[in-house]
Amino acid sequence: MIIEGKQRIWADYQKEIADDHYFYVRSCIRQNFFPASEVTFWKIIRDYVHKDIFENEHHSSCSGIGYHSDVVPFTTTQAVVARQFALMTENGYKNLTSSCITSFGVYSEVLETWKNFPEELERTRDILYKATKREFEVPENVAHTSDLIFKYRNQINDMAKYRLVNVKTGEPLNGVEHIGCHYAKMFPSKGVGGAEHPYVLAGMIESWGGRVVDYPERRACCGFGFRQYFVQANRGYSVACTKRKFESMEPYKPDFILTNCPGCPYFLDRWQYVIAEMEGKTYGENGYGIPVLTYEELAGLVLGIDPWDLGLQMHQVSVEPLLDKMGISYDPVKKYLGVDNKNIGQPTCPSVLKV
Amino acid sequence: MGKLYDMLKKDVRYQEALKACINCGTCSAICPAASFYCYDPLEIMEIVQSQNETQLEELLKSDKIWYCGECLSCSTRCPRGNTPGLLIMALRKLSQDTGLFVESEKGRQQLALKRAIGDNIVRTGYCIYIDTMKPERHPESGPVYEWIYNNRDEVMKRMGANYKGDGPGPMRNIPQETLDEIKKIFDLSGGTELFENIEKYSEQKAKEMGLQFDETTDCEYFNEIFTKTTKKHTL
Ligand code: SF4
Ligand code: SF4
Ligand code: SF4
Ligand code: SF4
Repeated sequence: MIIEGKQRIWADYQKEIADDHYFYVRSCIRQNFFPASEVTFWKIIRDYVHKDIFENEHHSSCSGIGYHSDVVPFTTTQAVVARQFALMTENGYKNLTSSCITSFGVYSEVLETWKNFPEELERTRDILYKATKREFEVPENVAHTSDLIFKYRNQINDMAKYRLVNVKTGEPLNGVEHIGCHYAKMFPSKGVGGAEHPYVLAGMIESWGGRVVDYPERRACCGFGFRQYFVQANRGYSVACTKRKFESMEPYKPDFILTNCPGCPYFLDRWQYVIAEMEGKTYGENGYGIPVLTYEELAGLVLGIDPWDLGLQMHQVSVEPLLDKMGISYDPVKKYLGVDNKNIGQPTCPSVLKV
Repeated sequence: MGKLYDMLKKDVRYQEALKACINCGTCSAICPAASFYCYDPLEIMEIVQSQNETQLEELLKSDKIWYCGECLSCSTRCPRGNTPGLLIMALRKLSQDTGLFVESEKGRQQLALKRAIGDNIVRTGYCIYIDTMKPERHPESGPVYEWIYNNRDEVMKRMGANYKGDGPGPMRNIPQETLDEIKKIFDLSGGTELFENIEKYSEQKAKEMGLQFDETTDCEYFNEIFTKTTKKHTL
């Protein structure tokens, strides 16, 4: 009886994630800052778990960053989103997977609005048809790309070459996660674990042998804040919010930070550099920062993909301390080489943060 | 009730965001912007709920509506199912439609966002695009970004991206016929109109402030709004 009750309660925190046949929509943030994460995601879904995923070259930005910077009206964003749905429909797909938390939030918001305000849906159909002659069905299932990695986390674990375990001590590595606000804060039922018990990343960490640390500011925003980051005069807001998260996680000595949104790892990585330069403060061991990873990067490491093929050289905070703990072998000489080992120079070293 | 209220009520986000607010202050307690700026989401809810046209106009002219980071954390916590962040979005739209946004320092920054992100969407099909994110505007991106930016052809190739290529894949060029469709969507849905409004009111304001104004991201007015803070906004 008790178990039944508990199961009922936890049912609210489950999310249905389609089994196969995903229509892919890209994140502009991820492709610019973590292009190899996108490549790795495709590799995992296609070559490791053998699912059908499709991209149509005519899809575009969801306009979400513009929407949340308040320079794109909601009506316009709805029509841009509807155009993506039209491409999905035309290509015979019903399940959409989006690779950015902001974007996932935008898709969720648009779909909820259409449920509550059918006239908005009608107007959107009308605008889209007039502009493009396209028509669309709403998707049956919308998943964030991390939902898919979460769904296949145990399969990934079965193929693991490395685990989230300190090879020297045999102890699980400590991971802190950052879910990203737009994943489930507005529509908790759309995210694994809802807004209260975020489990999408925690599930991966646990499955791959690590330990999840529940730090006080776990659910707090990374401080991106759209206009607060993009406009130079406002960036103090961004770094202050992120700093609060670092201070909150520091006592737990995390071995890595795992992120959900392609924006968050960027900020959590770069602001560590800025805080080090401004205040001389570093949050990792021995003058290093805490390595920040996307879930695709972490999955890739677990699967034994070369760290430089995963794009870890595009981070400002060195990931080597984590690679060493996991016992991953890598060639430091190859870190900054281009295609065919071409020499393309190296970034200069920060003055405080050790890299 | 007056004209501004009538306009605000037409925004579905207003209808979604504000049912009777009980002034409990939960949103203010959870809000990251309230712990950094002189900002209080509860106050915004109260003003809007009072339906006082003069106060609403003051609000639309003020810095107050530009502090929110749109994280939507307030949505999760409000016991009445309100979303102050969503109401803020409706207010920001109204402030731009009526030109009142140029009356505040933070509001004037909308021109920078329009030119940086808005124009990107229509020109490239992406909100963010590496070519337009210059390291000198982003010193916080660190030496690694400078290296990436200066070697972007090579780095993107090394990462397996299809930078400036045709067909699918990360960083590909979006085909012209797609960009034409996006432009048409913007024209028919009010997107282009909002862009034009932001430009028009900003140009007027630049004149009033005696700052040089042109269509680049390097004119006096742009540099002023992008980099300067002349009053105290933070706690
Ligand atoms: S929300 Fe994500 S996909 Fe959409 S425009 Fe932004 S970064 Fe791109
Ligand atoms: S955590 Fe940061 S980047 Fe991520 S969704 Fe929140 S504001 Fe966005
Ligand atoms: S939490 Fe909700 S009810 Fe309470 S003050 Fe904020 S908006 Fe009003
Ligand atoms: S959406 Fe805005 S008002 Fe709401 S919690 Fe975030 S910053 Fe505060």
